[in-house]
Amino acid sequence: MIYYSKTHEYVRVEGDKGYIGISDYAQKQLGNVVYVDMPDLGDELEKGEDFGAIESVKAASDLIAPVSGEVVEINEALSENPRLVNADPMANWIVAVAMSDPAETDDLMDQEAYDAYCAENH
Amino acid sequence: MNRKVYGKLIFELSRKGRRGFRIHAAGQAQLPAGIPANLLRQEPLELPETDEPTVVRHYTNMSTNNFGVDTGFYPLGSCTMKYNPKINDEMAAHSVFAGLHPSTPTYAAQGALELYWTLQKALCEIGGMEEFTLNPFAGAQGELTGLMVIRAWHFSRGEGEKRRKVIVPDSAHGTNPASAAVCGLEVVEVKSREDGTVDVADLVPLLDDTVAAMMLTNPNTLGIFEKNIPEIARLVHEAGALLYYDGANLNPMLGVARPGDMGFDVMHINLHKTFSTPHGGGGPGAGPVGVRKGLEKFLPNPRVVKRSVTPDGFPVDKNRRYGIEYSPSALGSVSATLGNFAVQARALAYILSFGSEGLMEAGKLATLNATYIKDSLKDVYLLPIEGLSKHEFVFDGLKDKSTGVTTLNIAKRLLDHGYHAPTIYFPLLFHESLMIEPTETESRETLDEFIGAMREIAREAAEDPETVKTAPHLTPVTRPDDTAAALNPVLTYDML
Amino acid sequence: MNRYFPHTPDDISEMLARCGVRQLDDLYADVPESLRLKEPYRLPAEMDEYAVRRFFDSLADKNSRIRTCFAGAGFYDHAVPAAVRSLAARSEFLTAYTPYQPEISQGTLQYIFEYQTMMARLTGLEVSNASMYDGATATAEAVMMAVASQRKRNLVLVSATLNPAVRQVVDTYARYHGICLVTVPEENGVTSRKEIAALLEARGKEIAAVVVPSPNYYGIIEDHEGLADLCHASKALLIVNCIAADLATLRTPGELGADIACGDAQSLGIPLSFGGPYLGFLCCTKALMRKMPGRIVGATVDSEGRRCFVLTLQAREQHIRREKATSNICSNQGLMTLWVTIYMSLVGAEGLREINAAGASTARYLLEKMTSDGRARLRYPGQPFLNEFLLETVFNVDTFIARCIQDAGILPGVKIDSNTILMAATELQSREDVDRVFEIATTCV
Repeated sequence: MIYYSKTHEYVRVEGDKGYIGISDYAQKQLGNVVYVDMPDLGDELEKGEDFGAIESVKAASDLIAPVSGEVVEINEALSENPRLVNADPMANWIVAVAMSDPAETDDLMDQEAYDAYCAENH
Repeated sequence: MNRKVYGKLIFELSRKGRRGFRIHAAGQAQLPAGIPANLLRQEPLELPETDEPTVVRHYTNMSTNNFGVDTGFYPLGSCTMKYNPKINDEMAAHSVFAGLHPSTPTYAAQGALELYWTLQKALCEIGGMEEFTLNPFAGAQGELTGLMVIRAWHFSRGEGEKRRKVIVPDSAHGTNPASAAVCGLEVVEVKSREDGTVDVADLVPLLDDTVAAMMLTNPNTLGIFEKNIPEIARLVHEAGALLYYDGANLNPMLGVARPGDMGFDVMHINLHKTFSTPHGGGGPGAGPVGVRKGLEKFLPNPRVVKRSVTPDGFPVDKNRRYGIEYSPSALGSVSATLGNFAVQARALAYILSFGSEGLMEAGKLATLNATYIKDSLKDVYLLPIEGLSKHEFVFDGLKDKSTGVTTLNIAKRLLDHGYHAPTIYFPLLFHESLMIEPTETESRETLDEFIGAMREIAREAAEDPETVKTAPHLTPVTRPDDTAAALNPVLTYDML
Repeated sequence: MNRYFPHTPDDISEMLARCGVRQLDDLYADVPESLRLKEPYRLPAEMDEYAVRRFFDSLADKNSRIRTCFAGAGFYDHAVPAAVRSLAARSEFLTAYTPYQPEISQGTLQYIFEYQTMMARLTGLEVSNASMYDGATATAEAVMMAVASQRKRNLVLVSATLNPAVRQVVDTYARYHGICLVTVPEENGVTSRKEIAALLEARGKEIAAVVVPSPNYYGIIEDHEGLADLCHASKALLIVNCIAADLATLRTPGELGADIACGDAQSLGIPLSFGGPYLGFLCCTKALMRKMPGRIVGATVDSEGRRCFVLTLQAREQHIRREKATSNICSNQGLMTLWVTIYMSLVGAEGLREINAAGASTARYLLEKMTSDGRARLRYPGQPFLNEFLLETVFNVDTFIARCIQDAGILPGVKIDSNTILMAATELQSREDVDRVFEIATTCV
């Protein structure tokens, strides 16, 4: 199941694990990604707080955690090739967290709601 | 400008054994014994080994790939690229001041202190302020210093912790919010109306007892005078906050109105804009900060003062009138010294060269030049806001959007015509912002030629858009790959 | 009309006609009458060039003539090659803006790239930015950078031996930015390693960085061997404040394992100019590159494959990141990077070492002389120094300085208190100058 935040991060929930990345809409807005600033393994993310940033040549945006939890995996491939985010943002999640509160997805949007949200904001 | 790229790096000209400068006395010196080996450099330093003729040719050739105000017209909006009088440089390099150590006792540096004090007083007159500090090194540091003054004032009234918000228009330059953040303040954006002026209705609910200050440029980033400024000042002051004047757009106000009279409490001036000290390829500039009466004791240390009597009432020797003071009420220090002194010397030379009369005319002529360009081009370029504007204005790209030619294309094509590009994609109020500021030192012929080039580009966009879209064609290099540069940063010769 | 306005009366009237107004004031019809200037500025009348020159000459005459300078405290009197002055005055460099249009700014971009390379080599670190304002703000920015790059750490240890003029600026930035500073006490004129270790032990998880100087305020070369490991064990960054020119001879921050090097590069041939413009430098490891404040130039290729240079990593900067930027700096000390780059090209590594050695030799002769009659002594005997030292005197320092200036045109040092003076030497002072200073000292009580 995939959920989206208003700040265009997604979390893909697999069991207790949440894979966090940025949406296709967000990567298009940003343009060529040149750098992803990622947290360290073991860092605690807190829902609504920034945990890193993603940069293109002429823009940058903070990464806001859609859910809380400890960072258990980092997508190392992005340090070598940040443009993978442009190529396939859904496959190229940024971090995975051990979600501390599954109920936190309740106020996030599902695909349909998110698509409508993007259309409205365009 | 040389349209062929020079491109060599000094490291590539190095040949073992060459030297470009030698002090004979130093040549015989040996490093004295006694410094333990583990405190000495382990790997020998590598610097270019080049003779003076090679170095002189290298940097001379390099300079020919650069475009400055002395090369040609530089209509860069918000940057006030006016002509830099040569006398300024001569005064800045005055040998007596050039050799003066910043720790020279004040009695031996009376002339230097008088220079600083004279400029400080001139800026008070021009800004309508009580006192100035010249210490801040640049406009951004001036903003930071000004915000620190404001916080220090709130702290002195016991409201420092409570008042942590700064109101900034959404059209403001990014430096305003960045300075606020460095100062530990939180930024709140107030909406602009269509013409970029402050939406007073949106401002009112934002003003409460958590607001420390509001920052404004006037005229705003669209070159439009904020007519409601007395009303805004009243509202801000009623909320117990202070009003900050970002001096980036002070030039058109020369001879017309003073920020102090508009109700601003704190301001900075970019000496490298309004007072013509050159931009130096990005610096050094200077960002003096002025304050209204009642705030002067918060200005940063060190402060230059003039005294005719001592605190206990004795007359001061006329050769010792200027002093340097450190006050405990000051916000602290933002510089180790009195700032970019040689830049201050340039600004004073400029003010003296213009005198009261010349300065009274400068702003109006800057506005005339800008308005002349605007009115000569608004039939082909889209003017989003009609009406009076000042030293600069913004087009929203070409009127004819069907060609697909963007503001970036127009900017790059102007380089082929021998002009610096205007400021582009700022302010963010329009998609295709093209911000033009000619300044008062451009002749009518220059403006006419520029207008001609802009019309030619508009014609070309319609007839041969590809040429415009692939511009520039006549510059030393063309369309550098920014993405590659940011993806794999190569920041030194050793990383090449 | 003023000589810098090209407008003729005809130009003005024809241009006004194009703008659809009758007089210049009509362009300001939107400025409320109540705000308008009612009378001309109360400033002097326009001066011609001769008058401006005479005015500055008259100010210069009010200064004492100082031909020799033993004052330091972070800023040193070095020889300036004529070619540096001449090349840095080229108006293609001087009158250009920030190189946002790389196609017509390769000159500026290229010298910044050369500068970054030379500074990286000098400090032994991998990367450099395109300059900060001065050494004090560079150190303050290094502290903010360290805090920003460390999550949830807001405490910075600062050695008591850091130049107090630098410390004041660091204090000011930290106070307003909300960073907590703790002073590491000194022991016999150098940073107490024991105290750093104890603080790291006690509060390691809060400490973002440790700031130490070398040479320190007293001119002492501090031994920071092993300090980097100690800091890194607690995940704190090591920031070393240094004097640029000295790094041709002294152990570099890079060789010490430091994460950030910062300080003033005035010592690389920039005139004293009563305090500025100088040049703050900031270098760091590649790991921290994207946390650096200020502008950075990078190499790339253009659409025809030619090597060229651009401003890069701009997503960190204020014009894009606004309140989230790593710093608010925009204008830096651009032209001064050209100055020191040309200086280093002319002088070379060997020349810098000779200059270091000459200053060090003269400083030793100065110390020897000044202490020869027992009326002055080194405050921290036995501590290694390069070209500067702190002297305690029996005689009054104010009198000594005043007499040196008045009788010999020599500024003998920087007063610390009535019986303490900081003295420095460079390649520019002779043994005769030293003898003269000593001779004057013997007349002071």
